[in-house]
Amino acid sequence: MKEIHEFRVDRTRYLDDRGAPLGELPPQAGDAGRVLAAYRNMVLARTFDAKAIALQRTGKCGTYPSVLGHETVGTAIGQSLAGTDIFVPYYRDQATHILRGVTLAELLLYWGGDERGSAWKNCPHDLPVSVPIATQCCHAAGVASAVKIRGEARAVVCTLGDGATSKGDFLESINLAGAWHLPLVFVVINNQWAISTPRAIQTGAETIAQKAISAGIPGHIVDGNDYFAAVEALDGAVERARAGKGATVIEAVTYRLGDHTTADDATRYRTAEELKQAWERDGVKRLQNWLHSNGYWNPEKEQVLQADCKATVEQAVQEYLATEAEPPTAMLDYLFDTLPVALQAQREQLADKYRGGEA
Amino acid sequence: MNPANSSPKTHDVTLVEAVNLALHRAMADDERVVLLGEDIATNGGVFRATVGLKDSFGFKRVMDTPLAENLIAGTAIGMATQGLKPVAEFQFLGFIYAGMEQIVSHASRMRNRTRGRLHCPVVFRAPFGGGIHAPEHHSESTEALFAHIPGLRVVIPSSPRRAYGLLLAAIRDPDPVIFLEPKRIYRAVTQRVVDDGEALPLDTCFTLREGEDVTLITWGACVQETLQAAESLSGQGVSCEVIDVATISPLDRETLLCSVAKTGRAVIIHEACRNGGVGAEIAASIAEGAFLDLQAPVVRVTGYDTVMPYYRNEQYYLPQTDDIVRAVEQVIAL
Repeated sequence: MKEIHEFRVDRTRYLDDRGAPLGELPPQAGDAGRVLAAYRNMVLARTFDAKAIALQRTGKCGTYPSVLGHETVGTAIGQSLAGTDIFVPYYRDQATHILRGVTLAELLLYWGGDERGSAWKNCPHDLPVSVPIATQCCHAAGVASAVKIRGEARAVVCTLGDGATSKGDFLESINLAGAWHLPLVFVVINNQWAISTPRAIQTGAETIAQKAISAGIPGHIVDGNDYFAAVEALDGAVERARAGKGATVIEAVTYRLGDHTTADDATRYRTAEELKQAWERDGVKRLQNWLHSNGYWNPEKEQVLQADCKATVEQAVQEYLATEAEPPTAMLDYLFDTLPVALQAQREQLADKYRGGEA
Repeated sequence: MNPANSSPKTHDVTLVEAVNLALHRAMADDERVVLLGEDIATNGGVFRATVGLKDSFGFKRVMDTPLAENLIAGTAIGMATQGLKPVAEFQFLGFIYAGMEQIVSHASRMRNRTRGRLHCPVVFRAPFGGGIHAPEHHSESTEALFAHIPGLRVVIPSSPRRAYGLLLAAIRDPDPVIFLEPKRIYRAVTQRVVDDGEALPLDTCFTLREGEDVTLITWGACVQETLQAAESLSGQGVSCEVIDVATISPLDRETLLCSVAKTGRAVIIHEACRNGGVGAEIAASIAEGAFLDLQAPVVRVTGYDTVMPYYRNEQYYLPQTDDIVRAVEQVIAL
């Protein structure tokens, strides 16, 4: 017997659970401005998240998926992308969306039941939130194909959860990314839980990253709560894509600190002890500790940041709450470029009913 | 196939050749048009619909994909959101179902859910229907599945000229189109097609034969048997109006209702099984919009509500000319 292939998957971590360096840090640690901006974004995303949940609990927002625990890797993704790159999200990417220029009011509109919440003005080429699991992977392959066909130096980053890696969409898309040498980075946010299904029963593979090998592309594991590990991997994979060197899969290992959505109760399927341990590995606190110990941060700055984030979120909430719903006829107005004759009578009927309701 | 030629060439072509002609024309006219599918580039497609296109436009615009229909659908959607105009081929309609989630949950609603920020100008092409002695899963007519989905256009040509003009229209349309090609008549008829780049409208039925006594409403390959039935009935003194619906969704009800108002009778003919078929929507529209003009109940001549039989029995499943003649005789007698 002759061995014709062996594979290797690496795992990167720079900080311990408390934010102390385990060794030499990557060059990204030298860019204090960028690291501080990352920390601010993580805190803003976390502040927004708490408010969105509070709005849902008081009937002012619909079912909402908490981003708690994902702020670190989401921020690393957002920082690695240039405005000309294209982001293809799943549905727990609030930290990235903010850096892409999606406004907090738009995020609230989307989860608050208003289609205008996806009419993003500042990142017109990014795809909208994708709720059907893993389906966005195929779109990302198409987006990256368009970039490659036109010969542009742009990267496409697609996010998905650990549960999504069980679907054909992911496997078919990494396969195409390998076969067509696409400028595409898949970031699997492995938060250990697909609603109530633990990572261990999604796949018999030891790691998710190794699935990339089957597609002929490299797979890396990073500690998704370690900003330096995440941003270094993202910077590298995005630059590799832009340079036409092909696709990458990054498995970012993290933990979903909240419920799956506001309609979920995670205490039904995981222990308080597990959650407590996960909080000890939290990426936001970890980076804050690192900033403290390197002289970039202090309690006063933290206080100012918390107040700023609260004010920013509050302003967005006011904007969201003050936005009147679209007229019901909007449900027909964006279906096609031009409303087909066949639908005109239904639109008139709806408009009449709406006017009747107002009277 | 150079669009710069001063006078457009005419070609005597079959329906599948007309599809090829339209693809050549669309790709030459608009560099955003790209093709993707299984075996479409080097092989020219299993029905040869894409033959010659790779040589004219290269692998960059004519792409052989891995064998994954869900991926083909989703990749086309991703391309479309970034300004390309992909035409995706599915080898048979029976294999498109792996891509249904993409078509239903994304293609049909990308414009709506982004409030027009992104849209999805994709054409999903697939040969469909029975009658060619194909293996199982190769012969169904499931256009109703797509007609039920808001945000999709469903278009079915039934002649080389309409294949050319409707495919050009589908590719130029800024929204997703399911373009179903009746493979039983892929090579049954030859027509002279002027390659002038003229598209046909996407929201209009085609009246193929004018008549006074009964309206025969059909589409796809059944247009052949319906025209034969109309010819045969004219020998018995029955004047049939024959309408090729062609644009299944959104549906041009006005043409259908005007015709039924004139004739007072309607027979709907389709290959698909009856239950929940597009014929049911048309019959309901006639009941809503022309009931008082009717002199007889609307009758449907369709496939049976069962699994499409393997080909030894497929002729008993597919509507035959005699079935249509008998249905017309039945409504005329009332």
